[in-house]
Amino acid sequence: MSDKEALFSKKNLRLLTDPLGSKNPITVQVLGICSALAVTAQLKPAFVMTLSVIVVTALSNVIISLLRNTIPNRIRIIVQLVIVASLVILVDQVLKAFVYDVSKQLSVFVGLIITNCIIMGRLEAFALGNKPGPAFLDGIGNGAGYGLILIVVAFFRELLGAGTIWGFHVIPEGFYNLGYVNNGLMVLSPMALITVGVIIWFQRTKNHDLVEENK
Amino acid sequence: MKGQGIKNFFDKHRPKFEKGGKLHPFQSVFEGFETFMYVPDATTKKGSHVRDYIDLKRTMIFVVLAVVPTMLFGMYNIGYQHYHAIGEFAQTSFWQVFIYGLIRVLPVIVVSYVVGLAIEFTFAQIKGHEINEGYLVSGILIPLVLPIDTPLWMVAIAVAFSVIIAKEAFGGTGMNIWNPALIARAFLFFAYPSHMSGDSVWVRIGADADKVVDGFSGATPLGMALTGNIDYNIWDAFWGFIPGSIGETSTFAILLGAAFLLITGIGSWRIMLSTVLGALFTGLIINAFAVNPFMEIPFWHHLFLGGFAFGAVFMATDPVSAAQTPAGKWIYGFLIGVMAIVIRVLNPAYPEGVMLAILLMNTFAPLIDHYVVQANVKKRLKRAAANV
Repeated sequence: MSDKEALFSKKNLRLLTDPLGSKNPITVQVLGICSALAVTAQLKPAFVMTLSVIVVTALSNVIISLLRNTIPNRIRIIVQLVIVASLVILVDQVLKAFVYDVSKQLSVFVGLIITNCIIMGRLEAFALGNKPGPAFLDGIGNGAGYGLILIVVAFFRELLGAGTIWGFHVIPEGFYNLGYVNNGLMVLSPMALITVGVIIWFQRTKNHDLVEENK
Repeated sequence: MKGQGIKNFFDKHRPKFEKGGKLHPFQSVFEGFETFMYVPDATTKKGSHVRDYIDLKRTMIFVVLAVVPTMLFGMYNIGYQHYHAIGEFAQTSFWQVFIYGLIRVLPVIVVSYVVGLAIEFTFAQIKGHEINEGYLVSGILIPLVLPIDTPLWMVAIAVAFSVIIAKEAFGGTGMNIWNPALIARAFLFFAYPSHMSGDSVWVRIGADADKVVDGFSGATPLGMALTGNIDYNIWDAFWGFIPGSIGETSTFAILLGAAFLLITGIGSWRIMLSTVLGALFTGLIINAFAVNPFMEIPFWHHLFLGGFAFGAVFMATDPVSAAQTPAGKWIYGFLIGVMAIVIRVLNPAYPEGVMLAILLMNTFAPLIDHYVVQANVKKRLKRAAANV
């Protein structure tokens, strides 16, 4: 059959790579901002959050895609929520079991993955209308696009705000003796918003297609 | 004539900077210096036409002139506080005191201008804008609202942050939502709190730490009020002989600047007056319900303490970030006064509320203007309907 195309065809690979750049959920669609501000003060929680969101978007995309022809249209949001919530509980339990300290740091934000607009957005926009294979790739891609921004933001916030990367001190002691001081504003969430804003600024300068027409 | 010589110089070199010329990449720099020396003969081609005999550059220069008294007094006060702290004031001459302050303040001003103007020039060239004097004002206001002991690299970072994020990201001079000078100060306040508050940053001691006299605290009057240990002379605060940010201490010097701004018609008297009224109003209410020594400070003292006068005269009246309509200016100024005193007295974490109050009201200024304009539209529609 002609629609039996390979999983890693060119078109499907774009599902993986587009969300990293021109269709990035955070910088282009401006979704999932709240958690991006909340968990990016340090690199480690941001990384764990990234993995959790990738797992949830990918698996929920696959499950919804498998069920897409049997879910009654009128109750589809509830079905999606139940599936996402179950996956989030699983992720939460795994985090508690294996990386307890990070799970404490992320606190409520793991649970709030349920309300992450990116996940519901992908389920509505993609999983309901596509086969499980592409839906899986789309989930991985969007989770990774979200995570990419999280990690870039967290890298700068931790480096400038605490002088560490992944908890290790990287700014030499000599700098502090010369009078260098960590930037306390980077630890506060406004700076996360500004960092995301600067990333958006750079991205639009590089890629003019993203700039809206001036009306 | 000498002036003609400069004009000839510009005329001679202009072709090099025009399109196709060798030095075209520096066109905005050339243009900037030319209009700095001479009023340009070009007129606005589209959009709104405001007819006035001065342009943006002259407006900005007048503001810079208005802050000169505060700046000079600030320099003197740095020396005054220093020599008092080490107990040698009586045997030090006026000029020694002034020069001590001068050589401490000058580097801050130089860093502020060099960093800020370098960024402005770069952006003007990239975007093909003209260079304008917008930064001349911010560049002098930023040093004046900082404590004297602020490290220069912090000044540089704060200036870069404010010019890039608060100004250029929004489209440059005239497009910014917040006052760039206050953004620089707010940045430092939140990023490096230990260098922007407390008792040890306001008086420059320098290498004479071993000479400091007994009983010296270095706290500002507002800092003292916070601990309930109020010990200042309000007339010292009026003339400016108190510890504080470089240019904010002397209400008298600020009033000289205010008079200059009002006579030249550059500062808005509505904003200044309503800010003062708002502060007095809130001060009276807080006095009436006072439960601690800070709340018992007589309401009119607030006008002379901290950065209130400086903020009301030079920061709140910034024509770009303030409200534009006359009625809007009253509301905007009054709320700044109210907020400033509320934050100052009722929130112990921020002894100085003027900065935050002005930034907050900068945010709301467009909204205030919107409702003022809408109210006017409604009123006139009603009148038109009644006349039909």
